[in-house]
Amino acid sequence: MKDPMNLVITGVGGQGNILVSEILAKAAAAVGYKVTVGESYGMSQRGGSVSSHIRLSRKLLYGPIVPAGSADVIVGFEPVEATRAALEFGSPGVKIIVNPRPVYPVGVLMGKDNYPDIDTLLGKLKEISAHVVIIKSTSIATQAGNPVVQNVVMVGALAGIGYTSIPKETFGRIIGLSVPEKNLDLNMKAFNMGYEAAQLFRALKTN
Amino acid sequence: MSWKDVIEGKQGDEVLLNGNEAIARGAIETGVCFAASYPGSPTTEIIETLARIPASEIYTEWSVNEIVSLEGAAAASFAGLRAMCVMKSDGLNVAFDFLTSMNLGGCKGGLVVTVADDPQGHSSVKEYDARYLAKAAMVPVLEPSSVEEAKDMTRLAFELSERIKGPVLLRSVTRIAHSRGLVKLGEPLREKRTAFFPAGECFLTKTVFHMKARDRVGKAALVLEECGLNFAEGPEQAETAIFCSGTSLLYAREAINMLGLRDEIKLVRVGTTYPLPEYFILSHLKGVKNVIFAEEVRPFLEEGVMLLYARKSTNKVRFFGKISGDVAGTRGPSCGEMNVDIILQALANVKDIQYHIPGYPRNKIAEIEAMIPPREYAMCPGCPHRASFWAVKTAIAVDGRDCIVAGDIGCYCLGAWDTGFNLFDTLHCMGAGPSIAGGLSKLGRFGLKRPALTFVGDSTFYHAVIPGLINGHYSGSDFMCIVLDNGVTAMTGHQPHPGTGITVQGMPVSKIRIEDIVRGFGVTCEIADPFDSNHVAEKICFLLREPGLKVLILRQECALVARRRERQKRKVYVDQSLCRGDTCGCGRFCTSVWGCPGNIWDQAAGKAAIDEAVCAGCGVCASLCPVGAIIVEGVD
Repeated sequence: MKDPMNLVITGVGGQGNILVSEILAKAAAAVGYKVTVGESYGMSQRGGSVSSHIRLSRKLLYGPIVPAGSADVIVGFEPVEATRAALEFGSPGVKIIVNPRPVYPVGVLMGKDNYPDIDTLLGKLKEISAHVVIIKSTSIATQAGNPVVQNVVMVGALAGIGYTSIPKETFGRIIGLSVPEKNLDLNMKAFNMGYEAAQLFRALKTN
Repeated sequence: MSWKDVIEGKQGDEVLLNGNEAIARGAIETGVCFAASYPGSPTTEIIETLARIPASEIYTEWSVNEIVSLEGAAAASFAGLRAMCVMKSDGLNVAFDFLTSMNLGGCKGGLVVTVADDPQGHSSVKEYDARYLAKAAMVPVLEPSSVEEAKDMTRLAFELSERIKGPVLLRSVTRIAHSRGLVKLGEPLREKRTAFFPAGECFLTKTVFHMKARDRVGKAALVLEECGLNFAEGPEQAETAIFCSGTSLLYAREAINMLGLRDEIKLVRVGTTYPLPEYFILSHLKGVKNVIFAEEVRPFLEEGVMLLYARKSTNKVRFFGKISGDVAGTRGPSCGEMNVDIILQALANVKDIQYHIPGYPRNKIAEIEAMIPPREYAMCPGCPHRASFWAVKTAIAVDGRDCIVAGDIGCYCLGAWDTGFNLFDTLHCMGAGPSIAGGLSKLGRFGLKRPALTFVGDSTFYHAVIPGLINGHYSGSDFMCIVLDNGVTAMTGHQPHPGTGITVQGMPVSKIRIEDIVRGFGVTCEIADPFDSNHVAEKICFLLREPGLKVLILRQECALVARRRERQKRKVYVDQSLCRGDTCGCGRFCTSVWGCPGNIWDQAAGKAAIDEAVCAGCGVCASLCPVGAIIVEGVD
């Protein structure tokens, strides 16, 4: 794994960004990485963009902000937010895992701004990154039992796509420690479904 | 759950904590007995973590405001206990009167004032640099650079406070408070002190004590020279040095590595930015030709070092920083937060190095950027404030006198944005709204024709609104005050306040009702449910025409609290056979005007729809649809 490995998790307030960065950071720490997570969630419940920067290294303690163009992986819970993060922190080598389901900004709802056509937008993402993985995490989460757990589906996808060297079991164990017991089954189901979706994507890509 | 690690973690454990949890652990390890705060982002987890410890061990409190919390904490210090007061930087203004008073007489038990600045204003209406206030109050400042150091500096801050017998300011920032990192735990100090305030021991404020405060700073300067919080890394002799404080240490280290300059650049970390460790700094200025400063937000360290240089240094040094304009991000010098890129650029310029910023060509970025919409803040789906703002907007339009609206601080400051229908004409600090409305209402005699209305929140009401209302009533003001009462301090994460009926530790207490306070000083106070939108608009229209000060409480639980309690949410949907789409004449009211994230436009059908994953089930939009196409299941 590259050192440092820089991950940017991005989405919209209320999509469960913080839980994901917590799971990822704890899982990385459990396998011996020095971890720093930077989060901006001051207005997170107020519908703004929310992003977490996760920096993993075996050697150094890094600061909480990824430098421009230096992200290795972007996990986007929303396509416009994934694109925004890619433009700021991505480079042609960046790997992007994206949930294609839009969450419309208030300016779009009010008719002030336009929301791009999803296929056009995903096409643009593929122009700037050779590794775009589309995971319909909201639909998968709905199948798992609740659209709210789309964030954990994305954790599963990250584990399943194999960009990090963190074992699946470690993720599973940390999820067990991080979510309330009554929601554990739902979350594990979401994680496993995301994992399988990413594995399927990998298999299709290599064939 | 990290709070468990904070409270139950053993010495030597290495756990992942955020900066606030690390500060809480530092306080526990140092035997803190008393911790008080008014909730402010990004600091709230400090008190929320400490509150999980029984009150018999650590007394915690959500105070009504910051000055009250500092006064309470100081009382514990006067009795010899270790005490912490926590606030965001804006809160330091509120507590400042007491801080500048008590610092003259000093204190006894370690008293640490933890202040979190919010560079870039991630969760604030302004960004601030609390170090300038600390200097004005003559209070020493410690600045941690990482989450782990936040814990260790908390311990040292208590020790320093007891050595100098005065308060110490621990300066956090958002990128410490809301960062996570691995923290090695120390041993908690289990043995608590006994409170002891003997007869004859006094803590007074007198002008002559100004000298005591000055001497305390002098003593702190000597202690801080030897405290280990100031250090240098890299070569002993270097042409160029970076002087940094706070999180800029990590950014600077990374920038130096990225440019491959580890053997050339000296990195000097100043952990005690006030008073400055003069001998330490002079020793590292010696022989250096260029100094770059990296700190947040304003040039505090920079000014201090340059002043020292002017007095004491012999060799010629060029300074690159915010004052010279060489260290600047996209907002220019002295504004916004620090990052690796800003230091990279300054360092590359000073060293005359070309470096390539990874990323995409500018024209590619511009092309895609033009496709993606901005994402402004929006009130949550089902937020009662949206309904309240809509009722007020309607009432103002009906009233026809172009009412001036004074806003205040809380979730509802979004009344200044599209999501709140751009209602606010003024927005400043907590409690400013009613006093501004009161002032405006006096201006009729000078020709102002517009009536005044102000919004305040419930937590803001207890914090800072009461004096403005009393003043308004006493001085014969003529304005309307709407209290948006959602039962908690919602903005910062639903902390309880005197109207909630519980303490920080969840103990039930009697509610202090806003209406009882208002009626107690003789002002009319009405209460309504904002979800009853049309009725509320009528009521506001009526009250606006009444003379004098009028208070209307719009009471409805915060949508997030309601959802958290897992109350069965009502299913709301659009009957698309009834929705007339763009032929209706409503102009897509439910999406383009109402602006709730739950109301979306079904492009394919050309009709309105509800995003079920988002909708909170409040049903207010159903009452606003002109053709009744929005259906709330189970409601006629």
